[in-house]
Amino acid sequence: MKFVDEFREPEIITRTSEQIRRLADPNRHYRIMEVCGGHTHAIYRFGLKDLLPANIELIHGPGCPVCVLPMGRIDDGLSIAHDPNIIFAAFGDMMRVPGTQGSPLEHKARGMDVRIVYSPSDALKLAQLNPDKHVMFFAIGFETTAPSTALTLVRARAQSLHNFSVFCNHVTIIPAIRAILDSPDMRIDAFIGPGHVSTVIGCRPYEWIARNENKPVAVSGFEPLDILQSIVMVLRQLRDKEAKIENQYKRVVPWEGNHAALRAMADVFELRPYFEWRGLGFISQSALRIRDGYSEWDAERRFNVPGVRVTDPKAAQCGEVLKGVLKPHQCKLFGKECTPEHPIGALMVSSEGSCAAYFNYEHRKTATVTSISSAA
Amino acid sequence: MDSSPSQSSSTESTPKARFREPQIEMAHGAGGKASRRLIEGLFAPLLFSPSSNAEPLGDAAHLDFNGTKIAITTDSFVVKPLSFPGGSIGELAVNGTVNDLAVSGAKAEAMVVTYVLEAGLPTPVLEGEVLAMGNAARKAGVTIAGGDTKVVEHGKADFMYITTTGIGRPMPGLNINARSVRPGDKIILSGPIGDHGITILLARGELDLEADLRSDTRSVLALVEALANAAGPGVRWMRDPTRGGVATSLNELARDCGCGIVLAEEMIPVRDAVRGACELLGLDPLHIANEGQFLAVVAPEYADAALNALNLAPGGQDAQTIGEIREQPSGAVLVTTRYGGSRIVDMLVGDPLPRIC
Amino acid sequence: MCLAIPGQVVELFPDQPNCAMIDVVGVRRKVDLGLLQDSLPVKGDWVLIHVGFAMSKISEEDALDQMRTLRMLGEAEAAMQEVEGYGIEDVGGTQGRREAS
Repeated sequence: MKFVDEFREPEIITRTSEQIRRLADPNRHYRIMEVCGGHTHAIYRFGLKDLLPANIELIHGPGCPVCVLPMGRIDDGLSIAHDPNIIFAAFGDMMRVPGTQGSPLEHKARGMDVRIVYSPSDALKLAQLNPDKHVMFFAIGFETTAPSTALTLVRARAQSLHNFSVFCNHVTIIPAIRAILDSPDMRIDAFIGPGHVSTVIGCRPYEWIARNENKPVAVSGFEPLDILQSIVMVLRQLRDKEAKIENQYKRVVPWEGNHAALRAMADVFELRPYFEWRGLGFISQSALRIRDGYSEWDAERRFNVPGVRVTDPKAAQCGEVLKGVLKPHQCKLFGKECTPEHPIGALMVSSEGSCAAYFNYEHRKTATVTSISSAA
Repeated sequence: MDSSPSQSSSTESTPKARFREPQIEMAHGAGGKASRRLIEGLFAPLLFSPSSNAEPLGDAAHLDFNGTKIAITTDSFVVKPLSFPGGSIGELAVNGTVNDLAVSGAKAEAMVVTYVLEAGLPTPVLEGEVLAMGNAARKAGVTIAGGDTKVVEHGKADFMYITTTGIGRPMPGLNINARSVRPGDKIILSGPIGDHGITILLARGELDLEADLRSDTRSVLALVEALANAAGPGVRWMRDPTRGGVATSLNELARDCGCGIVLAEEMIPVRDAVRGACELLGLDPLHIANEGQFLAVVAPEYADAALNALNLAPGGQDAQTIGEIREQPSGAVLVTTRYGGSRIVDMLVGDPLPRIC
Repeated sequence: MCLAIPGQVVELFPDQPNCAMIDVVGVRRKVDLGLLQDSLPVKGDWVLIHVGFAMSKISEEDALDQMRTLRMLGEAEAAMQEVEGYGIEDVGGTQGRREAS
């Protein structure tokens, strides 16, 4: 696969990890946070931790839009879809996330019309194909995904398609990073920046992290070499006592961002005054809602939404794991009451949640294992 | 999860179910952890004798009637759409049962078939599937000895459900037992993985993806026979990785034998289009269903002969040694990369779901 | 939020300018080009695809550049190891390297 395989070349990966070993000061313990859940997933999938020296600790950040969604919002979305004329459409990521009455898939088992879509435009197509039903698209995601939802609403309005609406849970990344840096129990040395969010917002929005907080940031791609090269970049900055934003993912991320995407978002969405983030509490100006011009396609305005707040079970330490204060296995419920089979919190269900990633990819790994030679 | 039922009930005479979930979900049929819980927690304790409950579950039961040895297995086929590139439900129904017998070390001789048909099913569709079954059976050398049909109301069966029960003769020289697997044994995979599951996913049309892919449905009996001829005494265990994929089959083995399984990622054969679809949808080929492949664990001194025999047999050219059995990580499956990274690969709870994150 | 894959534009539709058929090693899907309307891709271009939308054009030049940098780092690494193998101390910076960068 072009633009993928090159960045998985074993020899260069080995050499880059050796370079990391050289750059890491043996007298220092580094805490580097990867903000984005996609990076968390990649780190586990490619076994990148095995390639780093023991004094580099990767802290998983809150950039998992499923993980930060409060249970009450899932309940709200599902309550709307109890109407047999309504089709609940969402990405596969949402399907096993538990609400208080069960997950979307469990609701499907009880008779609700629940469909998995790969794209918001597929949800729109569902509405076109089912004129006697209403399709409600349960939208999640950071700025990577929000423009696609925005464009879909633009198209829905242009087509005057009235049997379609969006339940909008889009959130923005900068407030989440601010919350991490403002947290008193956090000490992060540098950030691996979210590469795909940055294709939309560009690299400028991170400048305050370097300027005001004095932390290096490398906006990173998602292949093994991307992530390793980003670690090289921040280690170099730390060694040279620098703090700046570097664009490791140049081949895809424009420094100024994607104007068409930003325009679509501005046209369709506005910032909510505040929004509750699971584990992080209420954060102001951190989430998107649909503007008045598109109110007809806003599920929250078209339908009655209970809006009940659901607090997480006290024993679940989702918040601390989300902020990187605790590692997944340090949560008291990890691996016992809370497993991918019966998840208590969203971090165990979401494929990029740190708990699920740790459980599925790392847990039970006894030590770094020597690989099998090809001549086996 | 405790795999030995004999530890749970104090009174052997009163079988007790240990399955605590209030209702059956789709996940229980997906072949992963939820399926396991249902089988081990409800069916096994209530249906199987305590002594057989102590044995690991296999693909077929080998029974001995006063010296006459018979292998028997059953499988049901529920697939949407009925027909897809590379085959249809009819082929799956025959090949699936032939393969279950084959990987248990038996040659399928005959089968009986049950059809549950939905009222409103167009006759040409039924005829097409029955024809496909007949052809597949002839190709596999299996006699269809009889069957039963039921018709249910419209909406109660996705066009049709098919169940096949097959019997066969154990192949001499093969002794399949998960408990005989030991560190040092090699793991051989018969060919590329993911073709069937991805073909079905694409054929459903919900994801709007096209690819030049076909289901790999076929009988693997001839390949198993070639393996048995070349390396019979060294073949410890086999399985056909259907729903749940290679990851599920090998996790079951790891649990049943108590060893660790280590796979080399670069040795696992995957077609480009399967890889592309998996990357696009965020799926792992190791979790995707196959209908024409099998895994074999072979003692190291027989491994080369085994692989050669497969590669030379028709349809076995893509067979590969993909890993080996080790002591650690005990009970788990690890996949290594060429650059020294590794990850645990677990069974999924239910069906693999596409993701965007 | 992060699963995005490179794909190549293999077909454009004159009557649907905001649409293209992309190919990912043989898997094809129609994607929406609305987010790239300021600079629409042409047949043969590579784009990054997320939830059925093209997010960005992929610059082959930048990709090659990056690989070159990584390979050079790699070669520098290898040279360093060679040097260390001879017992020559790394006095920091580029002084230890025998190859000109």
